[in-house]
Amino acid sequence: MDLLEYQGKALFEKHGVAVPHGRPVSAPGEAVEAAEELGYPVVVKAQVLIGGRGKAGGIKLATDRHAVEEHAGAILGMDIRGFPVRELYIERASDIAEEYYAAILLDRGAKKPMAMLSRMGGMDVEAIAEEDPDAIVRVHIDPLIGFQDFHGRRLAFEAGIAEDVIRPVGSLLAGLYDVFVKEDATLVEVNPLLVTGDRDVIALDSKVTIDSGAVFRHPDIAQLRNIGDEDEQERMAKERGLTYVKLDGNIGVLGNGAGLVMSTLDVVAQAGGDPANFLDAGGGSKAEAIVDAVEVILSNPKVTAVLFNIFGGITRCDEVARGLVTAFGQIDVTVPFVVRLDGTNDEEGRRILAEADLPNVHVERTMLGAAARVVELAG
Amino acid sequence: MSILVGGDTKLVVSGLTGREGSFHGLNNRRYGTDLVAGVTPGKGGQDVEGVPVFDTVHAAVAETGANTSMVFVPPRYAADAVLESADAGVELVVCITEGIPVHDMLRVYTHLRRGSTRLIGPNCPGILSPGKANVGIIPAHFFSEGNVGLVSRSGTLTYQIGNELAGRGFGNSTIVGIGGDPIVGSSFIDVIQMFEDDPETDLIVMCGEIGGDEEERTADYIAENVTKPVVAYIAGFTAPPGKTMGHAGAIVSGSKGTAQAKAEALEAKGIRVGRTPTDVAETAARALGAAV
Repeated sequence: MDLLEYQGKALFEKHGVAVPHGRPVSAPGEAVEAAEELGYPVVVKAQVLIGGRGKAGGIKLATDRHAVEEHAGAILGMDIRGFPVRELYIERASDIAEEYYAAILLDRGAKKPMAMLSRMGGMDVEAIAEEDPDAIVRVHIDPLIGFQDFHGRRLAFEAGIAEDVIRPVGSLLAGLYDVFVKEDATLVEVNPLLVTGDRDVIALDSKVTIDSGAVFRHPDIAQLRNIGDEDEQERMAKERGLTYVKLDGNIGVLGNGAGLVMSTLDVVAQAGGDPANFLDAGGGSKAEAIVDAVEVILSNPKVTAVLFNIFGGITRCDEVARGLVTAFGQIDVTVPFVVRLDGTNDEEGRRILAEADLPNVHVERTMLGAAARVVELAG
Repeated sequence: MSILVGGDTKLVVSGLTGREGSFHGLNNRRYGTDLVAGVTPGKGGQDVEGVPVFDTVHAAVAETGANTSMVFVPPRYAADAVLESADAGVELVVCITEGIPVHDMLRVYTHLRRGSTRLIGPNCPGILSPGKANVGIIPAHFFSEGNVGLVSRSGTLTYQIGNELAGRGFGNSTIVGIGGDPIVGSSFIDVIQMFEDDPETDLIVMCGEIGGDEEERTADYIAENVTKPVVAYIAGFTAPPGKTMGHAGAIVSGSKGTAQAKAEALEAKGIRVGRTPTDVAETAARALGAAV
């Protein structure tokens, strides 16, 4: 789960990481109010979950009331690389002496947290790596020991940052590690990490990703879910407890088990088709879950055919077949379905489908045969 | 022989009195697994169809000599249950639970690697050594005894490939689901090493998917250390970046962790990568000398 800049900064403040004063707003009037309270100059910042806001015109400096109103009006409602701007962050402008880059992230390969620091901030980390790979210092942290002072010193000295800020940068990194662990983050990134003219060290931006598997122990973060940003089908699926990912194509896909569904999408693509979604009905899929899933898949207007690929383990093929029959009774289905049932109770499942004699439902015995058939029917 | 579970397995199930725990625990016992104990705090002294239940794993191990534990408890208690099993001296912990916070797993992984307890999972279907023992939720009736070692990040995809192998007359030494989370206790490399050392395994099938770089590391490992033929499969060529595809660990981050990169890394080391599950089964069958 990705957080907006101001949501991440609220977590920074909670753990003692200094950030500029600011307020989130969602209307030009509120933006002016916030600016008057913070004092000019302020920066008006689009709050979207995508980088490159500045280049897209989503970040503007304002020195008076009039400018705030104008920029807020222009940025609200703007579309930044597919992300509509619904909120702004009005922040007191900072004076910039140096810009660094700092991050704590989960290094999956090493199975350890990793802290990163670079004296080249303000550009994205890939660009830094390209320009000068040695300019990024990386240090692994033992999760049973946590971030120690020496980690901070090592990062700071090896990154070659200004000597007078080595201690405060180390402290800030320790604070970021606190955010990382205590808020169950998988990524905490600050770019730029700022040294002001007064030599204060502050986080000018935030990029925080929270482990969605740990949100249960952070009720405050759970509330932040920005429903408005989600795709309609994805929201519908989430409400029904289904694992669904929207894709660009026209062939709806349902399977049981994440690996099998991914594999099904690949096989459909190899057969020349274009999948419309990933939908994992899960282990032990019951009839009601199938009805819900069919509704979600068909609510995508692009779908012209649907493939069910079930390999029953705990999932029973007869349950899936019953669910499909029930769904056809409740929903007006106008597109063809191809159904492949294999594994636990597959014969019973196929018998149920044969008896129900559903219109435009085609039963296939193999995964490859089913993929070829659905591609042909999807047109 | 087989790896990890077999005739010597003495199983204790954490969460045996729960719905899933009792269903699958007893299912494993029916298959022939020596289920010696269950653990549910506060329910010590009870039994589940004759299997004694203890309050702690320590008590279960002391009373029954359990050497393998299966964890079936909800995500927020699962890390604790894994650590408890390790502390009680169990040699192998199989954690089925899906949804354990990644920071919990970081600590568990780091701690276990310093001791002698092996963890398989979490978010996995478990381990099946056909004809010997089943620890987990793998539907055993699809698999028969044989010489193919199967290791996978996914459950149903493994059943699909196992079933296609069975259709061509091949069985398995052991099927190991290592789990779909970003941090799992044992990697492809750990399991492939065991298959390499297992005299009953003649060929290894590894079933990977998008996310992380385990498959790439495994490619290097196989090239240098494995003499047995390996056939691979990678799922998720059509997965868009930034989206979690069902498994918490199945995500392409930026340009990292793509199926394409994994398949290329494996092929660069001479490891055959099947295009479809059917192709994997056919390739494996051919390598074992079958006429396909």
